[in-house]
Amino acid sequence: MNILDPQGPIAAAEKTILIDSVGIMLAIVVPTIIAIFAFAFWFRQSNPRATYMPAWAESGRIELVVWSIPTLTVILLGGVAWIGAHELDPAKPVEGTGQGITIQVVSLDWKWLFIYPDQRIATLNTLTVPVGAPLNFQLTSASVMNVFFIPQFGSMIYTMNGMTTRLSLRADEVGTYQGLSAHFSGDGFPDMLFDVHVVPQNEFSDWATKTARGDNALNADVYKELVKQSVPKDKATYRLDDPELFQGIATRRIAPGPGPEQTAKIGAK
Amino acid sequence: MLGKLTWAAIPFDQPIPLVAGGVVLVAILAVLVWVVVKGHLPYLWDEWITSVDHKRIGVMYVLLASVMLLRGFSDAIMMRAQQAVAFQAPGFLPPEHYNQIFSAHGTIMIFFVAMPFVIGLMNLVVPLQLGVRDVAFPTLNSVGFWLTATGALLVNVSLVVGEFARTGWLPYPPLSELTYSPGVGVDYYLWSLEISGIGTLVAGINLVTTVLKIRTKGMNYLRMPMFCWTTLASNLLIIAAFPILTATLAMLILDRYLGFHFFTNEAGGNMMMFMNLIWAWGHPEVYILVLPAFGIFSEVVSTFSGKPLFGYRSMVLATMAICIISFMVWLHHFFTMGAGPDVNAIFGIASMIIAVPTGVKIYNWLFTMYGGRIRFSTPMLWSIGFMVTFIIGGLTGVLVAVPPADFLLHNSLFLVAHFHNVIIGGVLFGAFAGYTYWFPKAFGFKLHEGLGKAAFWFWLVGFYVAFFPLYAVGFLGMTRRMQHYDVAEWRPWLLLASVGAVLILIGIIFQIAQLVVSIRDREELRDHTGDPWDGRSLEWATSSPPPVFNFAVLPDVRGEDAYWAQKVRARQAGAAKSDIEYRPIEMPRNSPTGFVCAFFATVTGFALIWHIWWMVIAGLIGAFATFVVFAWRDHDEYEIPADEVARIDRENISERRDMISAAGSV
Repeated sequence: MNILDPQGPIAAAEKTILIDSVGIMLAIVVPTIIAIFAFAFWFRQSNPRATYMPAWAESGRIELVVWSIPTLTVILLGGVAWIGAHELDPAKPVEGTGQGITIQVVSLDWKWLFIYPDQRIATLNTLTVPVGAPLNFQLTSASVMNVFFIPQFGSMIYTMNGMTTRLSLRADEVGTYQGLSAHFSGDGFPDMLFDVHVVPQNEFSDWATKTARGDNALNADVYKELVKQSVPKDKATYRLDDPELFQGIATRRIAPGPGPEQTAKIGAK
Repeated sequence: MLGKLTWAAIPFDQPIPLVAGGVVLVAILAVLVWVVVKGHLPYLWDEWITSVDHKRIGVMYVLLASVMLLRGFSDAIMMRAQQAVAFQAPGFLPPEHYNQIFSAHGTIMIFFVAMPFVIGLMNLVVPLQLGVRDVAFPTLNSVGFWLTATGALLVNVSLVVGEFARTGWLPYPPLSELTYSPGVGVDYYLWSLEISGIGTLVAGINLVTTVLKIRTKGMNYLRMPMFCWTTLASNLLIIAAFPILTATLAMLILDRYLGFHFFTNEAGGNMMMFMNLIWAWGHPEVYILVLPAFGIFSEVVSTFSGKPLFGYRSMVLATMAICIISFMVWLHHFFTMGAGPDVNAIFGIASMIIAVPTGVKIYNWLFTMYGGRIRFSTPMLWSIGFMVTFIIGGLTGVLVAVPPADFLLHNSLFLVAHFHNVIIGGVLFGAFAGYTYWFPKAFGFKLHEGLGKAAFWFWLVGFYVAFFPLYAVGFLGMTRRMQHYDVAEWRPWLLLASVGAVLILIGIIFQIAQLVVSIRDREELRDHTGDPWDGRSLEWATSSPPPVFNFAVLPDVRGEDAYWAQKVRARQAGAAKSDIEYRPIEMPRNSPTGFVCAFFATVTGFALIWHIWWMVIAGLIGAFATFVVFAWRDHDEYEIPADEVARIDRENISERRDMISAAGSV
C-alpha cells in the first residue's frame, strides 16, 4: 500500500508533486534549522567572543529578506498547487488503452459494493479491473461517509449518501493490490478492505462474461441484506439484476442503511 | 422519572472504564475529605472557588488543563497500546470502546487541555503586562472558567455513566445522527461543548475588551508586549469563530432531539454543510490555540536573549495577518470531497499564504537570538525545541495544502503526525514554556530547573519517536482510527510509536515530580525580587505573587519593553525614588455566581443528555435565578485603604531596590 510505489499515472504524478514540494520546502527549511542551532550556540551567554547587542532589534534589509523568502517559496508552491489541482482533478478523465470501464462504487456498513453496469455484474469487497484501461468510478454511499482509496493507484475520494462523486484512475501493472476506506465510519470501519485484481484486458472480459452468467444474482432482496450493518466474511460476485441500482441509491430512491437499532430489530424478527 | 437513565448505563461489564472511573472517584472523594477534615474548605471557597481575581482564575484554568492532560494522555497510551497489539488480532479494546477513546482523546486535548491552558496563561499574564489591576469583566471571567469546567466534568462523567461519542473528535454526520449513533455518546459531546463553548466565548469577550479598553497610562497599542497582541488576535478569533461552533452543534442537536434534517440522509439534509460549518470554526480554532503560544515564545526568546523582540512591528503585522487569513482556508480539510479544481487550488494557495507570516515569525525569533546573550533556562529550551519542531510541522502542513499531495495523504497517519507536530510542538511546548516562565510570578517561587530540563528532553525526544513513525506509516497508506489491521509493514512503525508514547510518559512523570519537588523546596526557590528572569515587560515590575491589586501605583509606560526601560533608568539614576503617594484601591468583590451558574449548567446538561425533562427545567430556572440574584447586587466592590496598600508595596519595593541597585553598581 506504499504511496511511494505508484502503479498508475495518477499515483505517479501525485508522488512526483509530493516529492518536489518537499524538496522546494527543504531548500529553506534546512538552512533555517541550521541557523537556529548556530545562533543559539554562538550567542550562548558563556561565549565571550560573541558580541552582545542589547538594543539591536530593527533592520529593514533583514525584514525585506524574511518576508521575501517565504513569499517566493509560496509563489512557487502555489504554482505547483494550481497546476497540480487542475491536472490531477479526480473527475478529469484519464487516457488509456482499450475500452474505458465504468465502475459504480457504493460504500455500505461495513463493506464495499462495486457495480459494473455495462457488464451487468457486481462484486463485494473485491475489485477486478483491466490493466491499462481508463477506469471511471462513480461513487456514493448507502449510509454514512467513507473514503474510497487504493493507495498505489492515487487520489482518494469521499462517498456520500445522496450524492455522486467521480474519480478517474488507471492501473499500469498486472497484480493484486489493496484498497481501504480512509474515513472512519463506525465499528466495522477497519474491516472495510478490498482486494484489487489488475488483470490483462482479455482476461477481464472473460471474467466479466463468466460472472454475468453466474447463479448469484444481486436483486432487491440481496441488497436489503447488504445494507444492514455487518462485516462480511467472504467476498462475493453477482449477476446484476437492476442496472439502475446505483442511481437508485445515489438519488435516495432506495432507502439508506438502517443503522444499529433497526439492524438489530430486523435481525430479531 | 430519570429519562433514558437506567442501571444499564453503568458499564459493569467493561473493567477499564469502570476501574479508571472508580479510581478517579476515590481520588476526588479523598481530596474532598482531606479538604473538609483539615478545615481548608473556607479557604478554598473564599480564595479560589468564588475568586474573581484574574490571576486565581488563570491558575485554575491551567490546573484544569493539567488534570485533563493526564486524562487525554491516558487515552493516547491506550490507543498506542491497542495499535501495538492489534496486528491480525482484535487487541484488548473492542471497537465500541476504542472508538470512544480516540473521540475523547481529541475532544479533551483540544477543548479541555489546549484551550484552558492558553486561556489560563492569558488570564494570568495579560492584565499584568498591560499594567492594570484587573480584567474588564471579572465575574464574567469566573463564569467562563466554571462553564469550561462543566464541559470537562460532563465528558468525564460519560466514562462511567453511559458512553462517550464514537464518532471522532468532530462528529461528522450522518454517522453522528440518531440513525447511526442512537446512544447518548454524541449527546454528551454536544452538550459538553455547547456549555464549555459559551464559557470560551465569554472568556474571549472579556480578554478582547481588556486589551482594547484597559491599559495603563502610556501603554499604546504599539507598546504592548507581543503576548498581548497575540491574545488580542486569538480572542478576536474566538469571538468570531465560537458562535459558529455553537450554532453548528445546535443544528445537530435539533436533528437528534427534534427530528430536524439539517445533516441527515433523509429529507434534503446535507452532511457537507456540517463539514463546511465545523471547519469554518475548526480552522480558526487552530490559530486560536497557536497564536498565544507564538506570543509566549516571543516573550521568552526576547527575555532569555536579553534583547528586545526583533522586528516588533513586523510581528504585529504577521499576527494580524494570520488572524484574518485563518478564516479563509477551511476547505483544505476536505480537498478529497470532489470540489472542482479551481476551488481546491484557491483554498490550497490561501492555506500556503498563512505560512508566510508564520515563517516571518520564525525568522524574527531567530534574529532576536542574534546578538543576544542567551541563557538556556527551561522556558528557552521549550522555545528552541518549538522552533525546530514547528518548522517541520509547517513543512508537512504546507505539503498537505497542495491538493494532489493531499489526495494521497488525507486522513492518513501522515495527517495525524502533522497536526500533532504543530499542536504538541507549537501549542503544548508554548504552554509548557509559559508555565515554567510565569510560575514564579503566580506562586512566588521558581520551578526546579533540573527536573524541568529532564521533562523537556523526554518530551522532545518522545515526541519525535512517537510521531515520526506515523509520518512513515502514512506513506504506507495507513489511515487513522484503525482499531485493528492486517498489514505487516505497518507494525514496526506502530511499535516504535508506542515507545515514543512511553518516553512522553516519562516526561510527564518528570513534570509532576518537578511540581512536587518545587513545592517542597519552595523556600530555596523563592523569588524575592519579583523578576526572576531579568524580564522586560510589566508583569515583572510587581512582586511574586502580585498583591490582589497587582500594582500599588499604576505604571507609566514610555516605550516598548516597559519594565526593562524602568530598570535601565533606575540603574542610571541610582536608587528608585521612594516618595510615592498611595491611594486607596477599589477591587471587585468575590462572587459565587460562576460556580453556582456552572452547577446548574451541569445539572441541565446531564438532564438534557438523558432526557430528564423536569431536571432540565429545574436547572434552567436555577441558572436564571443565579443571574437575577447577581444582577440585583448593590455592592460589587470593596476598598483597600491607602495604608494597607502602602504597607504591602513598601515590603515589595525594598527587596527590588536592592536588586536593581546591586545590578547598577556592577
